[in-house]
Amino acid sequence: MTSALGPGAQSPPLPARAASAAALTLPILLGVLLGLAAGARAQTVDERFTVCVACHGADGQSRIPETPSLGGQPAFFVIAQLFLFREGRRNNPAMIAAANGLTNDDLLAFADRVTKLPPPPPPGDPPDPARFARGRTLTFRHPCGVCHNPDFSGREQMPRLANQREEYLLKAMREYKSGARLGYGGAMAQELAGLSDQDLIDLAHFLSHQDVKR
Amino acid sequence: MKKASQTRRIIWPIVAVAGLALAAWPAIAQQPAPEPPKQEEVPFWAVGRPLSGPGAQLAPVPAFPIPTPADKLPIAKMKVPPGFKVEIYAANVFDARGLRQGEKGTVFVSSLFGAGKIYAIVDKGGTREVKTIAEKLELPNGIEFHKGSLYVATNKVITRYDDIENRLDNPPAPVTVYDQLPGDIPHGWKFIKIGPDGKLYVPVGAPCNICEPDPEKYAQIRRINLDGSGMEIVARGVRNTVGFDFHPKTGELYFTDNQRDWLSEDMPNDELNRLTKVGQHFGYPYCHQGDFPDPQFGWGKACADFVKPILLLGPHSAPLGMRFYTGKMFPAKYTNAIFIARHGPWNRTKKYAADVVAVFLNPNGTVKSMEPFLTGLVENNTYLGRPVDVLVLKDGSLLVSDDHAGAVYRVSYEKK
Repeated sequence: MTSALGPGAQSPPLPARAASAAALTLPILLGVLLGLAAGARAQTVDERFTVCVACHGADGQSRIPETPSLGGQPAFFVIAQLFLFREGRRNNPAMIAAANGLTNDDLLAFADRVTKLPPPPPPGDPPDPARFARGRTLTFRHPCGVCHNPDFSGREQMPRLANQREEYLLKAMREYKSGARLGYGGAMAQELAGLSDQDLIDLAHFLSHQDVKR
Repeated sequence: MKKASQTRRIIWPIVAVAGLALAAWPAIAQQPAPEPPKQEEVPFWAVGRPLSGPGAQLAPVPAFPIPTPADKLPIAKMKVPPGFKVEIYAANVFDARGLRQGEKGTVFVSSLFGAGKIYAIVDKGGTREVKTIAEKLELPNGIEFHKGSLYVATNKVITRYDDIENRLDNPPAPVTVYDQLPGDIPHGWKFIKIGPDGKLYVPVGAPCNICEPDPEKYAQIRRINLDGSGMEIVARGVRNTVGFDFHPKTGELYFTDNQRDWLSEDMPNDELNRLTKVGQHFGYPYCHQGDFPDPQFGWGKACADFVKPILLLGPHSAPLGMRFYTGKMFPAKYTNAIFIARHGPWNRTKKYAADVVAVFLNPNGTVKSMEPFLTGLVENNTYLGRPVDVLVLKDGSLLVSDDHAGAVYRVSYEKK
């Protein structure tokens, strides 16, 4: 078995803020590794899952910048992302470390736990009316809801967007747009190709302030 | 893309202005024509999609990241004609797509978005081992085996792994064969095959659902010498072919072609085409299924000016791999018939196909009839599996790849 990157296939470029991201990531990475070391002795999936929710939030809502809330995410999406981390195909050192060596049964079991977390509520602060309106208008022209559901609750391989952390949504969209993150099928780079960075900022603001139940 | 979007910008205002002129021409002075979304702002698979109703809730159907375990594969659900039998050839082949067999019997399997790998299945006297021989490739859907070498086509480059069957555990570094490809992701993945003329046939699909791309770069099948030289466009107006083969007697190229999305549940049909002359134009983006002008690009065009398909394969049915049956195992009526893997639609609310059909030809090369061959993979409007490619093994049995369940099946026949 060999890693045979063809001449045309280059590894995706790191985001421009790779250095600062790495500095932010290091404590998380250490935490994950320590947690996993402890988790290695723990036998049940529920015990191992505590390592996940230590960062992502036991109530489905993350309080850590650039760490997504997992509540309400579809099982297929969770499995696909853990798969990409396990295969080293989604560039995040902490999550690549966390997913290293997971079995297929582990992916299914963790996805099952994630789907039991409640979806995150709207943030406490009200949205900026102008940015919210601009983001909403963008979803008419670029109908995110066709795949992600009209209430942005997500389905199958397409994640829940409603009330995800705003800066995480922006980070993810920037990575898709730049090609740093390919996703599971290549649709998002195309989807975002015609959007400006300001568009992404407004979209993230709109999507992170959804007043929906589920 | 540039040219296409410019064309759109020109065409759209003309159509819009004409409509306004009929409806309320005095308003033109006050109201400029509305600006449509730019081509490049809408994803390639989503151009033209409806904004409400069941059609607005369709999305690509991806391969599940975890292959279906062997004991859960839908073997018992699959139906084949009397005397035929389906068995698992290999399970746990995630995202199994293209199929080729080496001279020493190795079965090579390509993959696409999901896995990005090339596998080799080695038969060790009853047990089969699935090896990964290349990974972290970008859309490596196209493979071909020729004189000891495995050719691998991504959306950007065609490479060659020499003496591969002797080096499955230590594959050589790939040699670049051809890198003059546009490299787009939309319809950029390949199906490649060497023709009876010894040349490698390479399609370049349209980089969109529906657009008018540069015809010298896109929506075509080209052929090249095996060293990458001598490129020649042999077929034009081909939206996205992911399967073709050459008639065993006449050498003519027959190819499947996937037609545009988002027009309607039942239109247009996907196609089986036959190339009888180099350079023929098969209609895209102006005319679909031989008789249906595109609502946007078909104005001022006549379907009669393009080569018609020889067979309609169903709306959005997604015909992919196809092969003439040249084996000896199956009944005589299958000799030189075409097996076509239909992947099954994503752009349709009612799922169907996800099967293998057999197409029988008349002596003059036209279509006599089509019959179902392997069916049973649609249940409750979802897919249990989705055939991608077919391969006639040296023993005359037929392999079928399934990227949805992540497996390869073998269909064999026993004389009663």
